[in-house]
Amino acid sequence: MGKDSRLILDPLADNNPITIQVLGICSALAITAELEASIVMSISVLFVLGIGNVVISLMRNIIPSKIRIIVQLIVVATLVIIVDLVLKAYAYELSKTLSVFVGLIITNCIIMGRFEAFALANSPYRSFLDGIGNALGYGVILIIVGFFRELLGSGTLLGFPVLGDPIEKTGLYAFGYENNGFMLLSPMALIVVGIIIWIQRNRNKALIED
Amino acid sequence: MEHLELFFKSIFIDNMVFATFLGMCSYLAVSKKVSTAVGLGAAVIFVLAITVPLNWLLDQYILQPGALSWLGDEYAAYDLSFLSFIMFIATIATMVQLVEIIVEKFSPSLYNSLGIFLPLIAVNCAILGGSLFMQSREIETLALALNYGVGSGIGWFLAILAIAAIREKIRYSNVPPALRGLGITFIITGLMAIGFMSFGGMLTGGEEEAKPEVKTAVIEVKKEDVKKEKATLKADLEIAENINK
Repeated sequence: MGKDSRLILDPLADNNPITIQVLGICSALAITAELEASIVMSISVLFVLGIGNVVISLMRNIIPSKIRIIVQLIVVATLVIIVDLVLKAYAYELSKTLSVFVGLIITNCIIMGRFEAFALANSPYRSFLDGIGNALGYGVILIIVGFFRELLGSGTLLGFPVLGDPIEKTGLYAFGYENNGFMLLSPMALIVVGIIIWIQRNRNKALIED
Repeated sequence: MEHLELFFKSIFIDNMVFATFLGMCSYLAVSKKVSTAVGLGAAVIFVLAITVPLNWLLDQYILQPGALSWLGDEYAAYDLSFLSFIMFIATIATMVQLVEIIVEKFSPSLYNSLGIFLPLIAVNCAILGGSLFMQSREIETLALALNYGVGSGIGWFLAILAIAAIREKIRYSNVPPALRGLGITFIITGLMAIGFMSFGGMLTGGEEEAKPEVKTAVIEVKKEDVKKEKATLKADLEIAENINK
């Protein structure tokens, strides 16, 4: 049991897919200007990676190794189409915000990376746990970045004004606080992730690169 | 004019790496040396130039709502756009394999320089992203789609070349230990992206003014490069002096 729970817990911090393995950055940065979009993206990846890992693991003995990339891409693409159609049906506005980035889950390196490194060599149950763990590790970073960008950039969380009203000057704004619109621009996502990496490696010196 | 505008727009304003963060994984993983970065960048231009026009044809004649009308009127109502992800990625994966085989057969020297990067490219978000953006931006003609593919490829090439050059130089700088490697690369990329945002106003000046603006922008880049070069040279000199002491 201890070994299995490590499969979920390790990717959350010390083997995080984004900050340590450097996988799946592409989609992580572009959609984190709002917390809601980050949460939906994390859930989508959780679904695709959890199910995908099980499917690949079930098929691991019958996939010829020469065409495994194409097989993996087809499995992911099918799952992503399901996610995309569900989003379009139940959260149309949000699916407009995420635009092509839902489709780009297909080429999210975390997914291909876990298929190659784990699901092709392990049992379905363990692959499922590994998929869930890595997707959660990805989600944690996305949600942290989304939280700070939305809070500092537009003064809201999930769309609710938490710092007061900037127009009527209530709450924090009464003391002359201003929203930092720069946080909403895409380059700041990179810098926020850079700072997260900095803090994490400062706390755990073993992770420092030479 | 339309072509020129799209070309510069896809290189600078909508730069794959700095504006939409596509292909970040290989951008971060393969940018430690300039020579490998050039190889991967060239392969990306090559594959984008092939897959974007191909996927444009697929999109126009199979996937779009009403695209099947060339088969006959009874097919005009079909909308297969939900299949676009799977069709695009299948095209890309097949084309990459095909290109690899053809290049290996006809130009072993090109294969030696591009070869190891080609399989990596099938799962590079920049390639699929190029096709998906081509679809969502509703590019009108095949020539424009080719133009868009090549332009985005060049933009990606420039980005990875620039970061590789900076990372080669930054080895001589005294970066805080916890930021070394990945952390500082993220922050530099962020700063470069802020720089690239200044291209945003490049093509908004109207038809006649567009050309001179392009020129000045290019000159500005050169100036920036020179400044960066100077700064890194100074840093190198300082290190050399410290060693001498």
